[in-house]
Amino acid sequence: MKTIMWISAFITCGLIIGIIVYVFAKGIPFISWDLLSTSPTYIPPHIGILPDIMNTIYIVIASLVVMVPLGAGAAIYLEEYATNQKVVAVIEYAAETLSGIPSIIYGLVGMLFFCEFAGLRTSILAGALTLVIMNLPSIMRTTQESLKTVPQSYREGAFALGAGKWRVIRTVVLPGCVDGIITGCVLATGRILGESAALLFTAGFAHTLNSFFEGLMSPGATLTVALYVYAKEQGEFGAAFAIAAILMILTLGINSLAMWLERHFRKMREQGYPQEKTKE
Amino acid sequence: MTRKKQNTMQENIKRKRVERIIHGIFLMLGLITVGCVLLITIYLVVSGIPAMRTIGLKEFLLGRKWASTAAEPKYGILPFILTSIYGTSGAILLGVPVGFFAAVYIAKIAKGKIKWLLQSAVGMLAGVPSVVYGLVGMMVLVPWIRKLFKVPDGSGLLASIIVLAVMILPSIIKVSVTALEAVPPEYEEASLALGATPIETYFRVSVPSARSGIAAAVVLGVGRAIGEAMAVMMVAGNAPNMPSLFESVRFLTTAVASEMSYSSGLQRQALFSIALVLYFFIMLINAALNFFLKRGNVKKL
Amino acid sequence: MNAEDKQKSDTIISTKDLNVWYDDFQALIDVTMDIPEKSITALIGPSGCGKSTFLRTLNRMNDLIESAKTTGSVLYRDQDIFHSSMEVSELRRHIGMVFQKPNPFPMSVYDNVAYGPRTHGTKSRAKLDDIVERSLRGAAIWDEVRDKLRQNALGLSGGQQQRLCIARALAVQPDVLLMDEPTSALDPISTTKIEELILQLKENYTIIIVTHNMQQALRISDGTAFFLLGDLVEYGSTDIIFSTPSDKRTEDYITGRFG
Repeated sequence: MKTIMWISAFITCGLIIGIIVYVFAKGIPFISWDLLSTSPTYIPPHIGILPDIMNTIYIVIASLVVMVPLGAGAAIYLEEYATNQKVVAVIEYAAETLSGIPSIIYGLVGMLFFCEFAGLRTSILAGALTLVIMNLPSIMRTTQESLKTVPQSYREGAFALGAGKWRVIRTVVLPGCVDGIITGCVLATGRILGESAALLFTAGFAHTLNSFFEGLMSPGATLTVALYVYAKEQGEFGAAFAIAAILMILTLGINSLAMWLERHFRKMREQGYPQEKTKE
Repeated sequence: MTRKKQNTMQENIKRKRVERIIHGIFLMLGLITVGCVLLITIYLVVSGIPAMRTIGLKEFLLGRKWASTAAEPKYGILPFILTSIYGTSGAILLGVPVGFFAAVYIAKIAKGKIKWLLQSAVGMLAGVPSVVYGLVGMMVLVPWIRKLFKVPDGSGLLASIIVLAVMILPSIIKVSVTALEAVPPEYEEASLALGATPIETYFRVSVPSARSGIAAAVVLGVGRAIGEAMAVMMVAGNAPNMPSLFESVRFLTTAVASEMSYSSGLQRQALFSIALVLYFFIMLINAALNFFLKRGNVKKL
Repeated sequence: MNAEDKQKSDTIISTKDLNVWYDDFQALIDVTMDIPEKSITALIGPSGCGKSTFLRTLNRMNDLIESAKTTGSVLYRDQDIFHSSMEVSELRRHIGMVFQKPNPFPMSVYDNVAYGPRTHGTKSRAKLDDIVERSLRGAAIWDEVRDKLRQNALGLSGGQQQRLCIARALAVQPDVLLMDEPTSALDPISTTKIEELILQLKENYTIIIVTHNMQQALRISDGTAFFLLGDLVEYGSTDIIFSTPSDKRTEDYITGRFG
């Protein structure tokens, strides 16, 4: 029994190490400054992933900018305003449901709604908005968790001075949940970097270099989509592995950052709030 | 003095109005998730129903042939449904035992550095983008299968099953570990005090008391596997065959993804219908997941 | 305070048939009580007797508890605090509150004290500086924090934090200060300081204090009210309550026979 367990744990470990080593071995030789800093051309045949890098950055920024107010706002509603438990249950069930929907379905509905119905066509912005819906539950959850740790006594203290609800939230509650929002953003960034199915039909797979605002309204491939296109449709495995290696470095980095942040914030909170949460 | 009082009263009315408006704004933000679920459901139903009507529900769901671009197009999605079911079951069969034993090891036996190492490995596995799984599957797994089983093409159901099994591993392990760690230590101590060995205790006491959480982990894995598109797209071959281990196959997800970009008319509508079928499966799985989560009292990660 | 002043003191808060429920549990039963201005009134009684509930009803902090339901009336300077024309934030500006555990906000000492005035619309820097200094002096903590105004308030000691909270409450120039066991989380030295402070504050403010500590009630209060199981059992001058209580239950409690 113990052996089986040990083997299973070993497989898990071996898989990730194997994947990392393999992708790095195949991909790192292909990473060059030229690859990172140029756009691709057909004549002469040349591959550069600068546009894909820029598109990825654009889509991350655009998604976070829209997602943070929506997700944090929803969390604030649930934790601070909502009094009707049924409404809370419905909203939380909806969030659960959203987090279970596969990304291909988001891609499809994003295409129908943002690209066609809202007239955004295939564009980074349409892709970003699709990702916003996808990642909403996660940022909601992290914000909610950290709102729960803001001591009730802060709210009481502010209310007792005659502050209105909104002032209490803005001045006393929100500063206390910034950590949750940041953690949520980092997690979302990781997920956006890895997302492909939802973007294929919403953001498209163009490799043109644009400025930020131009880019938002034009189609563009992110790194993951570019990887897919190079590997599956163009047979450019060198470029695909190079992108895979970059993606691995980025996602590993971001995931460790998220873990570190979580630990760091927990420690800070333990030092920062000396009092226990008191509830009458 | 009365003037001043009037001013404060007006001020108060203004303040109250602002508070009400802000409350309204937050209410709307709160309801966004509900709106999104409704939006997705409505869009899928509205765009998915027409093709089912035109083709005929029975013809569509039970038809064994998909030939959307043929002169006389056929729209039977039974191959996709069966492929998705077989593929998911295969991934579960392969992934759950490994995930389960690894979870028990991480939750109960591993200590200190080793535990941290294993948990980081699981975290990293969860963070790998699905296209990277697809790429590695395509470049490593597919040639292996071709050589090992001496088949003309290694991409197909078996390759998809293996890739999916790896991809669902982290969710299964994470949720199971949470469930196992939530087992009250008194249970285990009681069993140990009766002379049971630690291993006996873990499997006779800890695992049964965490069974709802572990069931939730499995259901979560099912959801992940059935919904995965890109990685599968890169290793499944994508021919609309009835499922067979070494045959090139198409899943519900890849059926949508592979034809979407060039589809039109009834073909396009049929793709939406496929998405609706997929959505239906996902909703069933979600309901099951919620059931187990509630019973097991564990949080989804 | 001389005898003439004492006679002049009017009722500032008066409750009539006040009932409070939390869901099905009745926490206060028909409490009728008049509280005189510029005096210290102590509320005593065993845990769960309703004294904290009573206190929190006076500035409508119970509004924050969803399940709380109130009947009867509370008049503050002859105005019904539950009347629709009564603005809660105005009421709380006049009736300030200090909590059991010091609860400074996680911001600087200065911002803590300025929070209330800012809430009520004071923006001028000079005015705020003035209010902060005056309030901190009023709470007898100015000398200790005058060089730390920009530092985070959570870095102060427990006793300092509590006096800061009192300064914060004073900054909005309230009329009444409600104190919910303000010294129960503090060491004896800090407690003495706060008690001295409370006695000073009596000059300008009406203070209603919940306390578990009989000696404290005896040391500082003018009037004492004894609550038991939601009932106001006995209310009168502190001297009389502690020397010749008219109710047997009061006597049992203050002599330590239960509670």
